[in-house]
Amino acid sequence: MATNTKSINDIRIDYYPTHEHEGIKFRRGHAMPYGATTVPNGVNFSISSSAATACTLVLFDRGAPQPFAEIPFPDEFRVGDVYCMIVFDLDVERLEYGYRMDGPFAPELGHRFDKSVILSDPYARSLGGRDTWLAEPNWDDVYPYRSRLAFEDFDWENDHPLEYPIEDLMIYEMHVRAFTQHPSAKVKNAGTFSAIKHKIKYLKELGVNCVELMPIYEYDEWENSKPNPVTGEMLVNFWGYSTVNFFSPKAGYAATGKFGMQVDELKTVIKELHKNGIEVMLDVVFNHTAEGDQRGHTISFRGIDNKTYYMLTPEGYYFNFSGTGNTLNCNNPIVRDMVLDCLRYWAADYHIDGFRFDLAAILGRAQDGSPLSNPPLLESLAYDPILAKCKLIAEAWDAGGLYQVGSFPAYGRWAEWNGKYRDTVRKFLKGDTGQVGEMVQRIQGSPDLYYYRGPTASINFIACHDGFTLYDMFAYNEKHNEANGEDNRDGGNDNHSWNCGWEGETDDIEINFLRRKQIKNALSILLVSQGVPMLLMGDEMGRTKLGNNNTYCHDNELNWLDWSLLKKNKSLFEFAQSLIKFRRAHPVLRSSTHFAHSDYVGSGYPDISFHGARAWNMDGAEYSRSFAFMLDGDHAKQGVIKDSMIYVAMNMYWESLTFELPVLNRDRKWHVFSNTDMPDSEAVNTLGKEPLTASQESIVIGPRSVMILVGK
Amino acid sequence: MNVTIKTIKDITVIEAEGDIDSRTAGEFEKKTVEATQGEDKIMIDLTKVEFLSSAGLRALLMLYRQVKARNGKIVLVGVSEEIQDVMENTGFISFFILADLPEDGVKALS
Repeated sequence: MATNTKSINDIRIDYYPTHEHEGIKFRRGHAMPYGATTVPNGVNFSISSSAATACTLVLFDRGAPQPFAEIPFPDEFRVGDVYCMIVFDLDVERLEYGYRMDGPFAPELGHRFDKSVILSDPYARSLGGRDTWLAEPNWDDVYPYRSRLAFEDFDWENDHPLEYPIEDLMIYEMHVRAFTQHPSAKVKNAGTFSAIKHKIKYLKELGVNCVELMPIYEYDEWENSKPNPVTGEMLVNFWGYSTVNFFSPKAGYAATGKFGMQVDELKTVIKELHKNGIEVMLDVVFNHTAEGDQRGHTISFRGIDNKTYYMLTPEGYYFNFSGTGNTLNCNNPIVRDMVLDCLRYWAADYHIDGFRFDLAAILGRAQDGSPLSNPPLLESLAYDPILAKCKLIAEAWDAGGLYQVGSFPAYGRWAEWNGKYRDTVRKFLKGDTGQVGEMVQRIQGSPDLYYYRGPTASINFIACHDGFTLYDMFAYNEKHNEANGEDNRDGGNDNHSWNCGWEGETDDIEINFLRRKQIKNALSILLVSQGVPMLLMGDEMGRTKLGNNNTYCHDNELNWLDWSLLKKNKSLFEFAQSLIKFRRAHPVLRSSTHFAHSDYVGSGYPDISFHGARAWNMDGAEYSRSFAFMLDGDHAKQGVIKDSMIYVAMNMYWESLTFELPVLNRDRKWHVFSNTDMPDSEAVNTLGKEPLTASQESIVIGPRSVMILVGK
Repeated sequence: MNVTIKTIKDITVIEAEGDIDSRTAGEFEKKTVEATQGEDKIMIDLTKVEFLSSAGLRALLMLYRQVKARNGKIVLVGVSEEIQDVMENTGFISFFILADLPEDGVKALS
């Protein structure tokens, strides 16, 4: 039978060319799938444009200054708006291809065709041109970002996305290069995908089970590069929030990028992370592209189908809801399909566990920029079968003023970066008054925002790549962004930070103790809040960016993680590690549903209760800076699992307070798990071996401190 | 790219010379698959190979799969540090047994 099948396959007539041009043999292609795909004996090319009048396929040998062939698509090869062709006998590994699109240059009508430009394929699976990080490109290249094919036969063996329940995640936001580039990382191939493998042991020790990678789609680190006016050092696009191609991993992040093997390298890392129980989430930027506004370079989309890919003003200029020059026209059906195809590809071919969408409010805007009540793209993603088990997380705002935290169209699927969690916790930590009422919401998974969606809609974070690190939040009142070369104008001003008495580094023992304590307070609150915690890379070891809250342009120590901090701030790391362990050990902290504020299992306690100086009496007045809450372990996972009682007292007042403890039933006693007011070595106790509290009636909570007790 | 095939006792030794890339991988695969038919102890000497491209790595893996399917064993010897690094970064290394010198390879196979 096998032989018969083979012979039938071999006699397919589309295995053989019908046309020839400049010695290259080709034939009519298949419209689907888009992009360049290998077929028997050849490569199928397919690309669409709603307004082009003609299209030419341009073929290069890898790195060659000029193409070896340019094949105009015969009109009979066009299906609707799709140009498709199979070209035979190509060296797939060495091939670079692009397109020339002919059509009108009429910006007022939305068209910006220019057939003198060779364009990248929006569906290219890998891209050449920026193969090695910051290697000086050939600025005169006729085709700077070259579409390539990728081998898609990776051997995943038994690997599968981990599909953890989202409430069980501990997310670690990480920049691929920054994670291991610092010499103190002491790893081979520093700054690459591959180097992450050498730090998996560390991630496991810390206890994270999900890494969220800042953008890894191909971008150009040279974009808007300029020398630092003060130091002369080159400022580059380090963070990568400016996509050149959505289907290609950044070659410069791969140790093997210079050999074009970034696809295999990234998949190898993902497979290894999965093997160690760590999910991989991607930070994806579908709100704009690297082509900028009308003054920007034409790389791909603008030259292929400007009007389709971008939101345009009635005059034909670019709407700028992203703050970076252009806005991807996400709810145009063609672009919507591209985004969907792209995410399906990453989920299916790269085994990605979830996506965090940068400035996702843009994904809910109509083609004229107005917000949609039922955005088709968000709906498609929420119901897509391939993405069914992927986490979808929105940064629910954009630079055009659309702020949707709590109101992002969720379809029962989408979670959000909870910016209100960040702001409330920061204000509470620095001792602002009037925060207790809102803190009560935040630690419960923000039911005020996500009443119908549950606490798992809330990704809780106090620091992320944007803004201060956790350490800097307690070391700086003001941002210090001079090194960015924009006269300190860039970066947010609403940091809600407090320097603890001195701006920047100091030798003052008391200030440094207070800073460490504040970091521990922050970690404590983050890890006992309902919802999904996210930690910024390095916050567990007191990472500083020297007060710079917008380090997007620095390929240096401002971004690179200094691993020697692990020794210097050992107590912080151990504290973070212990708190993560504590969260993992206590299911009552990881509810997938909101609290009922009642005793529905008959344990004698409501699922959650609030306390103050007197048990069962929380002081939520404007002046109050302290409160406590108690979780009843019998209500864990809606009463399905039995857990301990947990009592968390938070005092952000500058003096000690005495809190009366709720009385425990069933001969249970209060034990101290952590107390941030204690010296470093005593701030946290071993899980399961917590000592009894000094008194079972009350506790003294030190100034600006958080205590966590366990009742068992 | 040249491939020399010889037999040392019950081991088929394949010596490759030159780059194994998209231009030569097909030929490499054809010759090695032919030479290893029915053999179950195979040593591939890559001492004189400077570069293995994606296609080259895949040719090696295909051979490995075929040999493994009949419970045979493949050992790679003389793999340069750079190629080992590439194999590690791309995950291919986990499929193979590597030995420094041919005599180590013989040991690994016996």
